[in-house]
Amino acid sequence: MRHIISLLMENEAGALSRVAGLFSARGYNIESLTVAPTEDATLSRMTIVTSGSDAVIEQINKQLNKLVDVVSVMDLSEGEHIERELMLLKLRAEGEAREELKRLTDIFRGRILDVSDHTYTIELTGSRVKLDSFIDAIGRDLILETVRTGASGIGRGNRILKL
Amino acid sequence: MEMTGAEITIRCLQEEGVEYLFGYPGGAVLHIYDALFQQDKVKHILVRHEQAAVHAADGYARSSDKVGVALVTSGPGLTNAVTGIATAYLDSIPMVVISGQVPTFAIGEDAFQEVDAVGITRPCVKHNFLVKDVKDIASTIKKAFYLAKSGRPGPVLVDIPKDVSGQKTEFVYPASVNIRSYHPQGRGDSAQIRHAAQLMLEAKRPMIYAGGGVVLSDSSAQLTDLVRLLGFPCTNTLMGLGGFPANDKQFVGMLGMHGTYEANMAMQHCDVLVAIGARFDDRVIGNVEHFAQVPRKIIHIDIDPSSIAKRVKVDVPIVGDLKLVLTELLEVLRASRQKPDAAEMAAWWKQVDEWRVTGGGLRYKNSSEIIKPQFVIETLHKLTGGDAFVTSDVGQHQMWAAQYYKFNHPRRWINSGGLGTMGFGLPAAMGVQLKHPGETVACVTGEGSIQMNIQELSTCKQYHLPIKVLSLNNGYLGMVRQWQEFFHGNRFSESYMDALPDFVKVAEAYGHIGMRIDKPADVEPAMKEAFSRKNDLVFMDFRTDSTENVFPMVPGGKGLSEVVLAEDL
Repeated sequence: MRHIISLLMENEAGALSRVAGLFSARGYNIESLTVAPTEDATLSRMTIVTSGSDAVIEQINKQLNKLVDVVSVMDLSEGEHIERELMLLKLRAEGEAREELKRLTDIFRGRILDVSDHTYTIELTGSRVKLDSFIDAIGRDLILETVRTGASGIGRGNRILKL
Repeated sequence: MEMTGAEITIRCLQEEGVEYLFGYPGGAVLHIYDALFQQDKVKHILVRHEQAAVHAADGYARSSDKVGVALVTSGPGLTNAVTGIATAYLDSIPMVVISGQVPTFAIGEDAFQEVDAVGITRPCVKHNFLVKDVKDIASTIKKAFYLAKSGRPGPVLVDIPKDVSGQKTEFVYPASVNIRSYHPQGRGDSAQIRHAAQLMLEAKRPMIYAGGGVVLSDSSAQLTDLVRLLGFPCTNTLMGLGGFPANDKQFVGMLGMHGTYEANMAMQHCDVLVAIGARFDDRVIGNVEHFAQVPRKIIHIDIDPSSIAKRVKVDVPIVGDLKLVLTELLEVLRASRQKPDAAEMAAWWKQVDEWRVTGGGLRYKNSSEIIKPQFVIETLHKLTGGDAFVTSDVGQHQMWAAQYYKFNHPRRWINSGGLGTMGFGLPAAMGVQLKHPGETVACVTGEGSIQMNIQELSTCKQYHLPIKVLSLNNGYLGMVRQWQEFFHGNRFSESYMDALPDFVKVAEAYGHIGMRIDKPADVEPAMKEAFSRKNDLVFMDFRTDSTENVFPMVPGGKGLSEVVLAEDL
């Protein structure tokens, strides 16, 4: 099952590689991984999307907690949470397709960031499912480039991961 | 007063009460060696290979309750040390390794003797540090010792670039450590402990399975009290030997791949299993699915939450320091009016004793013609009264030592259980002998393993370490040969070693005493003579039966009750 794990870790050189190394050494899946500093410059917040049986997910949580640089870990999928991902798409936009692409972008509440004679560059934010649907709607033939950040997640309401 | 990073490094070791520093100099650690030269509190032991420095520090730590410390240079010094670090990591040994690094301005430029030490060691350390500022050396070393020793122990690497060890700053050694992301568990959950106690009291076929955690946490006394209070059978893992006295009638021997029949059968058929500081390793329970076929309640006590429910499902997990958890568990059990059901216990013991008979115990056919390796270990046990420190390498000799040397005390059995590192025994024995001068230290090895660090005979000479080396020389990489015999149609691919050296001459060349023993009748007299030489290292080259195999054996991937006994073949 797919899980979104969020963690706070020391914002230090090498901390990211400890997490990435743990996943490869123990054979855990990483679907995506995002990381950036928080409002407290000594801490980084990481969101990992992974999958596995309940036993594997339990081990992932424990092994992450065991890393000395990791301050706290929360499995967002265990409760209500919000998941967002940013995607930048460069599309071949020529002739009649230009209007149709703009319309689709509007429907998905995306934005056209850059326009050239033959291309649109589109920004779209949402859940993984929404971004996937957009790609399906466009059709792969028109896609020149895809850049996705991977999911960032946060708990709903009072679910807070803070030091 | 301002001090150099190198001087600070050595001062930190003094503050930590480090007696011995095992190491090997090189370009990137010249400042540190210079600082070492100008003091006499920390004694440096110059090994002949960095791997041996780490194993020696490891042996020192395993035989005491202290942190082992090693010092190596950058590049090849560090890579040579990696096997030792991984060995310590797999067995959770508290250790601090200090490595030199190329100067900060050269890092990343493929400089001479540069290697990414933090990157290379990351998967085999508890934690590691690259110190980029001389002001951070003292606090980093303080943290390193704290991390190495607390919680589940393990090796910690501190990598110090050469320019950092040369720069100056004020020396302040922090009085305490606070790492906001690191909080090892102390006491266990009281409700869980009471739950565990209740399950234990209601058990019909209970079993106590204790591992290396008991030794590491110095909880042997608590474990022994617990086992005797309840009257349950107790087994030890390879790492846990000595954690419960082997001469106790409640001890059913080591379990696992080469464990006793009774230990493995009791493990498989118990209804309540109490795992204490053990981790259900593949060499211990064999096939996980087979193990899970029999329904049983499992209580698992361990300091490391990630050890619990890693390989098997657990009913009562208790995370905490074993000493504290066992103490509380004992209090609860003693306060309880309930006792284990006497009739059920008698029936269970009757079954266990039947297995003792069915399995036939640990046995081998002795010979008056050819030396049986088991006989050498039995003689060692007899002559040392079970009180020697015994280190071993890895292979058949290791298993025979574990089976036939009956350890009654913890920290006497020093071997590489997790990583299985050949070449561990002799350097580990150096660390043990330095920690326990005047005590008997025996290194049980084979002609294959000993050659992986035989150069350390030179270190032993330099520091007058009167280790007794017992090499069970059968001309084969015996465990490999055994598996080839059982599972590869007797195709002994590269397990025979031709052109072995004359080990007597090798020992003599290094300034020691060498003995070659060919006949069973000479085993005891030779060993007596060797052990009477209190100040000499004696290398005993026992020519043993090359066809002997280690039994019982649970073949890889099989279940604990699918054991192969000696007469099955």
